[in-house]
Amino acid sequence: MSSPLLAVEGLSISFPGEGGHMRVVDRVSLSVAAGETLALVGESGCGKSMTALAIMRLIPKPGRIEPGGRIQFEGRDLLSLSVPDMRAIRGARIGMIFQEPMTSLNPVTTVGDQVMEAIELHADIPREEARGRVMELFGLVGIPDPKSRFVAYPHQLSGGLKQRVLIAMAMAMRPRLLIADEPTTALDATIRAQILELLRDLSAKTGTAVLLITHDFGVVNEVADRVAVMYAGQIVEQGTRVELLSRPRHPYTQGLLRSIPKAEARGHRLEEIKGTVPRPGHWPSGCRFHTRCPFAFAPCPIEEPVRTPVSPTHAACCHLVEREVQP
Amino acid sequence: MHWVSNIIVLLLILGAIYAGRYAARDRFWRENAIELWRRRPVAIGVIAVYLFIALLDSISWVDPASEANALTSGRARTIIDRIFRPETFKEASYSAPLASVAFYGGQPLLHPGAHALGTDLLGRDVVYRTLKGMRVALLIGGLTSLVVIPIALLFGVTAGYFGRRIDDAVFFAMTVLASVPSLLLLIALIMVLGKGTVQVCVALGVTGWVHFCRIARGETLKLREADFVAAARALGVRDGTIIRRHILPNIAHLVIITFALSFTALVLSETILSYLGIGLDGSWGQMIDQARNELSRTPIIWWNLAGASVALFTLVLSVNVIADAMRDIIDPRTRREGR
Amino acid sequence: MAAYLTRRIGYGLVTVFGVLFLLFVLFFAVTDPDDIARKAVGERARPEVYAQWKKNHGYDKPLFINMQASDAKRYTDTLLFEHYRRMLTFDFGRSDADDSPISSRLREGAGPSLSLTVPLFVFGLALSVAVALFVAFFRETYVDRLMLVVCMLTMSVASLLYIIAGQYLVGQLLKWFPISGFDPDPAVIARFLALPVLVGVVSGFGADTRFYRTIFLEEISRDYVRTARAKGCGDARVMVRHVLRNALIPILTNVVVQIPFLFTGVLLLESFFGIPGLGALTVEAIQGNDFSTLRTMVYLGALLFILGQILTDISYALADPRVRLG
Repeated sequence: MSSPLLAVEGLSISFPGEGGHMRVVDRVSLSVAAGETLALVGESGCGKSMTALAIMRLIPKPGRIEPGGRIQFEGRDLLSLSVPDMRAIRGARIGMIFQEPMTSLNPVTTVGDQVMEAIELHADIPREEARGRVMELFGLVGIPDPKSRFVAYPHQLSGGLKQRVLIAMAMAMRPRLLIADEPTTALDATIRAQILELLRDLSAKTGTAVLLITHDFGVVNEVADRVAVMYAGQIVEQGTRVELLSRPRHPYTQGLLRSIPKAEARGHRLEEIKGTVPRPGHWPSGCRFHTRCPFAFAPCPIEEPVRTPVSPTHAACCHLVEREVQP
Repeated sequence: MHWVSNIIVLLLILGAIYAGRYAARDRFWRENAIELWRRRPVAIGVIAVYLFIALLDSISWVDPASEANALTSGRARTIIDRIFRPETFKEASYSAPLASVAFYGGQPLLHPGAHALGTDLLGRDVVYRTLKGMRVALLIGGLTSLVVIPIALLFGVTAGYFGRRIDDAVFFAMTVLASVPSLLLLIALIMVLGKGTVQVCVALGVTGWVHFCRIARGETLKLREADFVAAARALGVRDGTIIRRHILPNIAHLVIITFALSFTALVLSETILSYLGIGLDGSWGQMIDQARNELSRTPIIWWNLAGASVALFTLVLSVNVIADAMRDIIDPRTRREGR
Repeated sequence: MAAYLTRRIGYGLVTVFGVLFLLFVLFFAVTDPDDIARKAVGERARPEVYAQWKKNHGYDKPLFINMQASDAKRYTDTLLFEHYRRMLTFDFGRSDADDSPISSRLREGAGPSLSLTVPLFVFGLALSVAVALFVAFFRETYVDRLMLVVCMLTMSVASLLYIIAGQYLVGQLLKWFPISGFDPDPAVIARFLALPVLVGVVSGFGADTRFYRTIFLEEISRDYVRTARAKGCGDARVMVRHVLRNALIPILTNVVVQIPFLFTGVLLLESFFGIPGLGALTVEAIQGNDFSTLRTMVYLGALLFILGQILTDISYALADPRVRLG
């Protein structure tokens, strides 16, 4: 872990709103090493998608990245790159796939042309060669009968196939990092498993690192090497998959894990985290989870907890953990 | 006739008060109204002034015989008439703004320096005529829409909600009416019905209802499939109640925006009717039409045209601005994309 | 596609029948043919002249059922049947005002109308779409806001005023072009058309540009645009390759429906600028109480609109693979 592939440090994103700027992402730091898969987990509205878009510098207007944060990728600060330089990174060094395969493809162009565009934008190669590459890619992502799919329009493909096309597009230039924003949320359960397997295979085969955004611990369990849990615009716990799934330290992570249906708990009432996610930008004071936390005590509403390491690879932001670790 | 106008004014005021009180109770309307006022105070102010002047020009009464003189006896006069006294406050013919002598001939005026925008061919004060036009403009746009909206809602909502035969019939009627280019249909209707305020408003109404109806039908179709309507149905709520409680409140904002947009279209199309000689008496369109040839005189006579067009432009612009702001507030559709 | 086309055309025909019925109600049932005749021949005309005029112009039959006739004639020898027969066979008869055959006047007017409307349509469309694309590119900047203000201002002005102002400024003050008139000679025609085309383009600019801008912005907000950006497309490429191509579908539906109206001309512009087209003919008919000409124009307008709708649906089907390939 001397120099990670991607290192996000102190990233804050704000949107103008009533009474000034609302920070939807607040001082987020995370890193992804070459070849590993980091899952960024959280409920909707916690800012995980915004974090992903910020890495691509595709934050929707009028949102903006606040000065002070850094996004180091392959040793360069993405936030200080010129627009053309950033464009050369998008799609070539970092690929991205989205939640909605149904609407993420251009409806009036064939899918083959759309994948080919990703190649032509970054590589100056003859059309025939690019075409061949697309066929290869279609084979790689498991699209049967690539020749006839090449000339198909998006509406002629199923959701799973569309997501495969999008993955092919994102992988077209063999990027070092693939950002997958809830890639399976809109898909059926059976197809979900296939797509996850594909992502795992691709990562193993090509050595591409994956930043996987999800709200589903089932997905985390299947593909992640490390996990970062986000709540209310901040990362509250980070660690390896085993550490996080077997010994979660933050009450929020514990709550999330308890609310997953398990086979052995059949017949018991499923636990849930009480209360609702606060509105983006309208976060509670102190520890932002204190309004829903079953263990909240005196300092929680007042003081913001600091990141406390519990092992070299595991850290949590919680007053309880602070007390336990400190002598 | 003047008491009909008075009663309509009274009804409109009562309706406005009722609508205002309803809106004040409802959170959605109250918040949107406050936001609208915060964003577009000037345009709202302009509309308020226009409404006020139109109101002053809509309330009229006949003086008792003892107080009337030869020029006013037996005629209902509005408040604007009583302020300007057009019977005496006029000249022989054209005079420039604030002039003290007539435009042609140079005879001294009866009211030197008193006509802020001069007088027209017949010596009438242009300010007075412009102010009178406000009532006509609001009548064209407002009254027509107010008559048309309930009818269009009735057809549109029932067609969208009940579907099948009713929908087929309404849809066919809409297709037929929409097939005839609206200006031509309007002209044909006025030619057939004859000229006059009521006729023109009826003609404008017949051509205008299709638009409202289509929007009401489309939205109702969408809402009918919405979960909360399905839930209400599953609970056995009666159709009439569902329409009143769930459908109408949810298309009201669209109706208002469409109202604003059709208002400007109506007011603007009246100028075309005026040019064709089938417009409303005393409208700005007529003033503009009459002023057509005045520009070719030397020195040019511009005040008649200026008075009417500035008043028309300000009204249409204000309504357009408000309609735009309303659409933004109610349907922000935040544009999500980056750079 | 064939079945769709048949159904579409069938519905179009039914609509034509509906329109004809509407016209019948307006021009025969609501308007008393006697009134039309009296207006045409004068109040003091002798009864024979009056009756003859009614016969010549086909107003001398009962509305729905002819009690004097027998068998089928009872239903065919009526105003309703005649109205349908004549309109459907394009036999428009003679003008109520001056007895001239309407068909030949339509033929004379179509040329001048087209010479005005085609350049007006082409320039107006090109300008609005180009400006809208430009503005959408600079969305949420001061360029965009300034353009929106300009659109809002220009669309709040009555078209009558544009004509008056255009004639005064360009024709009278600057004296660039003649104020009005027409000469089909290609060498000089542009001199006469320049001013009306200019005025027409300006008066339609605001509303059209705003409309196209909305279409572009709607397309820009779609998910596939984000995908295109994520694969490294630049702004200009996103606009042209992705947004414009998708926006063409709604633009097309808006444009194709206007094409048939190029034939019927523009009422105000033609009348004001002395272009002897169909628009001017309509204005003349209105001012001269010429019901038969007006009726014909309304019918033609509706017919062309229905045709335009069918064309729109077909072109829509051709342009959008989702529709074309089912």
